[in-house]
Amino acid sequence: MKEILIIIVNGVLVHNFIMNRFLGCCPFLGVSKQLETAVSMGVAVTFVMTLASMITYLFNSLLLVPLNMEYLQILAFIVVIAALVQIVEMALRKISPLLYRALGVYLPLITTNCAVLGVTILNVTNNYNLVQSVVNGFAGGAGFMLSIVLFAGVRERLALADMPSWMDGFPGALITAGLMSVAFLGFAGMG
Amino acid sequence: MADKPRKPAALIIRNGILDENPTFRLVLGMCPTLAVTTAASNGLGMGAATTFVLAMSNLFISLLRKQIPDNIRIPSFVVVIAAFTTIVQLLIKAFAPALDAALGIFIPLIVVNCIVFARAEAFAFKNTPRDSALDGLGMGVGFTCALTILSSVREILGSGTWFGVHVMPAGFQPMSILTQPPGGFLTLGIVLALFNLVEKRYLRKLTAPKVDAGHHTL
Repeated sequence: MKEILIIIVNGVLVHNFIMNRFLGCCPFLGVSKQLETAVSMGVAVTFVMTLASMITYLFNSLLLVPLNMEYLQILAFIVVIAALVQIVEMALRKISPLLYRALGVYLPLITTNCAVLGVTILNVTNNYNLVQSVVNGFAGGAGFMLSIVLFAGVRERLALADMPSWMDGFPGALITAGLMSVAFLGFAGMG
Repeated sequence: MADKPRKPAALIIRNGILDENPTFRLVLGMCPTLAVTTAASNGLGMGAATTFVLAMSNLFISLLRKQIPDNIRIPSFVVVIAAFTTIVQLLIKAFAPALDAALGIFIPLIVVNCIVFARAEAFAFKNTPRDSALDGLGMGVGFTCALTILSSVREILGSGTWFGVHVMPAGFQPMSILTQPPGGFLTLGIVLALFNLVEKRYLRKLTAPKVDAGHHTL
């Protein structure tokens, strides 16, 4: 139980996927102009990261390790994730059209989100078991959601600020993210 | 291709380094850019690994572009890129274990680097193998330059060394925040802002020298 709690605190705060590990920066910078879309993106990423952690763990321990094919991990994981995203998209369209409308456009983007592939590889390098992997995937996704939602909130207000034209857009956003990252640095050493 | 005149190689490579620099112009592939640029050698190593994957996957995707059906092109790109990423990962593990330890998870993550995807989709799938390989090379060199610049700034100011050699005077107090995670965001943000500033000033001088001089004083 203690270990699980440590993984959660670690994933959400100490080694936050965006602020500390730099995984998933493209959607973090690209889909954070509005609070609402940021929340949808966060939910979609958390969902896929949790599911991908479980599926790739099973795939790895039941297929790749017994066959001594660990060197195929990158290839296998990315194909599994791509297939998973596709299945989730189709299932969502059938089961919950409302949720599909909210998350649909973000799902294809998630295949190439390094946070998803990153968490599955981290699970393997950290030798996590099934429960730990799933928790790590969920905590990582929750951490991603926390930072993208906070960041979108800041950016919504920043859009009204009068910034010099050469600071507008990416430079301003990156420096804002840097200042947020300083705040997250305060959690260092906690996990 | 008989219908199009061959583009000179230098022009294609120049495009990747200057006109469409993946980091400073297209702002793609942010994760490795922010994460591994803590020391100049890491930036250079990451750039070299990405360049290899970019050039080789561009070449192969271009060779296969007539065979790959349009609607399964994305999965096909993924498989080609993942194969070359695996090759580069195994090579670095075998011949440069120190680099492997420093870059860690970001070597396998080349497979989801948006630059590689973007060039496969936007360039290699439509152009000849020669042009595509050159484009991959140019983009890779542009990415490497950007990473080396950023990591040099961070290493020199953050730990007072460059490629591991002390370069700052003895009394220099290293700004250790720059080698920590926030430094990645801050350095890239400031460098991008400086580029914008220089470009704006330079362009304004070229076009309208007297219109609003002094408007943007700091």
